[in-house]
Amino acid sequence: MGATGIIFRREFGAYVRSPMGYIVAAVVLLLDGILFYTQALGPRAGEFLSGEVLMRFFYNASGLTAVAAVALSIRLIAEERAAGTQLLLNTSPVRDWEIVLGKFLSALAFLSAITVATLYMPLMILVNGKIAFGHIVVGYLGLTFLGAAVLSIGLFSTALTRHQLVAAASASMITGTLFLLWPLSQIVGPPLSRVFAALAIHGRHWAGFQQGLFHLRDVVYYVALTYFFLYAATKVMEAKRWE
Amino acid sequence: MVHLSDVTKYYGKKRALGPVSFEIERGDTVGFLGLNGVGKTTLLKILACGLRPSSGTVTIDGLDILDEPHEVRKRVGYLPELPPVYGDMTVGDYLNFAGRIRGLTPEAVARRVPEVEEYARIAEVHDMPTRNLSQGYRQRVGVAQAIIHDPDLLILDEPTHDLDPVQIMEMRGMIRALKDSHTILISSHILPEISQTCDRLLILNDGEIVASGTEAELGDTLLRSRGMVVTVRPGGHAGVGASTGVGGHAGGDRDAGGDADTGGDTDAAAQTAIDALERVIRSVPGVTGVRLPDRPARAIAAAGALTIRVYGEADVRAPVCRSLVEAGHDVIGLTRAERELERVFVELVGRAEA
Repeated sequence: MGATGIIFRREFGAYVRSPMGYIVAAVVLLLDGILFYTQALGPRAGEFLSGEVLMRFFYNASGLTAVAAVALSIRLIAEERAAGTQLLLNTSPVRDWEIVLGKFLSALAFLSAITVATLYMPLMILVNGKIAFGHIVVGYLGLTFLGAAVLSIGLFSTALTRHQLVAAASASMITGTLFLLWPLSQIVGPPLSRVFAALAIHGRHWAGFQQGLFHLRDVVYYVALTYFFLYAATKVMEAKRWE
Repeated sequence: MVHLSDVTKYYGKKRALGPVSFEIERGDTVGFLGLNGVGKTTLLKILACGLRPSSGTVTIDGLDILDEPHEVRKRVGYLPELPPVYGDMTVGDYLNFAGRIRGLTPEAVARRVPEVEEYARIAEVHDMPTRNLSQGYRQRVGVAQAIIHDPDLLILDEPTHDLDPVQIMEMRGMIRALKDSHTILISSHILPEISQTCDRLLILNDGEIVASGTEAELGDTLLRSRGMVVTVRPGGHAGVGASTGVGGHAGGDRDAGGDADTGGDTDAAAQTAIDALERVIRSVPGVTGVRLPDRPARAIAAAGALTIRVYGEADVRAPVCRSLVEAGHDVIGLTRAERELERVFVELVGRAEA
């Protein structure tokens, strides 16, 4: 196991051992459950077709996944700086990209575990409804790609500072801006509308996953966004390693 | 083993270190002595590949720290002033992580963890989360993580920071035991802490090395700079006790000194007596400086005695004591201010600037 794997294990263990991980998981699962109940099981049950319920579930889950990704990522480096443990990593024969990748993968694994824990909700639709299994798979893939992208933004933000609140504000601003680009693209005229729509994290690129449609261009977008912010985080780490 | 050439470190326009140049041979144990803020931590961080020097070159085991930091880091074990421990991990898991991150195989880590735990005497807290450890244990865990990969160069920044006297003795014992197998660099602002464990001392002030050598070589310099702390109960035929109305074998009455009606006169008389006392000490050949408490008259009123720091070119304890007694004062305490580093630095810096 390389340094990435060693850091992955430590960081994943930190989520499991700390209350923070459980709090994020509990809040996400509770809100997902409440929202699902109101649309599929509550008084409005029967108003929507099964496929529509599933799309609404993924829509709600996407927002909660983004919030959870910010919450899980802001501690990753800022906490190390504040506690002084960054010195152990900085003076060890570990490369910055290994640190960034190990931390990113640990957060992604924990976020994915939370996401997978919601699987019972779409499966409940099958009790009285009919949905395509592929729709579920693609929807969850979309949540994973979206979560990975927001996690990379959070990782970049936490690399900038030793204060988790500052990292949270920075990550929220970047993610929020990328979310807002979609409604903005509906207001402004071309060519800005096309640029905004192409860059929006939760518009055109998300819609396909939500509907169970797998488009390679959407995958490329999320992978590119994730790579960009992980690369930026690595560069920040390199710049700060010798400070 | 370690070679520094004209190394400086600036934070903005403020110079934190240098230029410093020195060499350390393999197997040496070297102490960096200096007051807080003189650049010790900056220097050690640079050596640990945790800080980029502004200029100059640093090589460790022939490797430039900027050109080959990855290789240098494999050879260095570093204990910062605050041990870099993860509070959520147990001691065993933490040491395992520290060993793996420094490149040890799982088999090597499995072998080394019990070894370093036994060496640092932390085996009994193997399963305890590090957040629950006392400061002494945390320091020991910090040393254990620094040596887990058996580095050639061990850098310990203030290893006795916040330890109680018993823990300090234990830490000294640990460092002595490491001397045979490692090149060790230790920093401290307390002279006895490193003079007892190091082969050689480098004294830093204002980012520069102002003196270096073995303890014996520095002995003259340090001894000349050492002062003494003398506690005097003013009194006797000089009339101090009577005039101040406190203490002394002349039988001054403390209450008289506290009389509001005579308070102003008493203060003036006490100051006169203190001036006379200071003159007695300053008149002793070899005395270079005398430092009184901030409010000497109040100190006498409160304690009946005055604690004075006296500095001399040589050991002036005997002549100062004799002169005070002859002047009619009681000497009720006398210690050598061997830890008066500030004074050492004042002299060393003055000499360096000259």
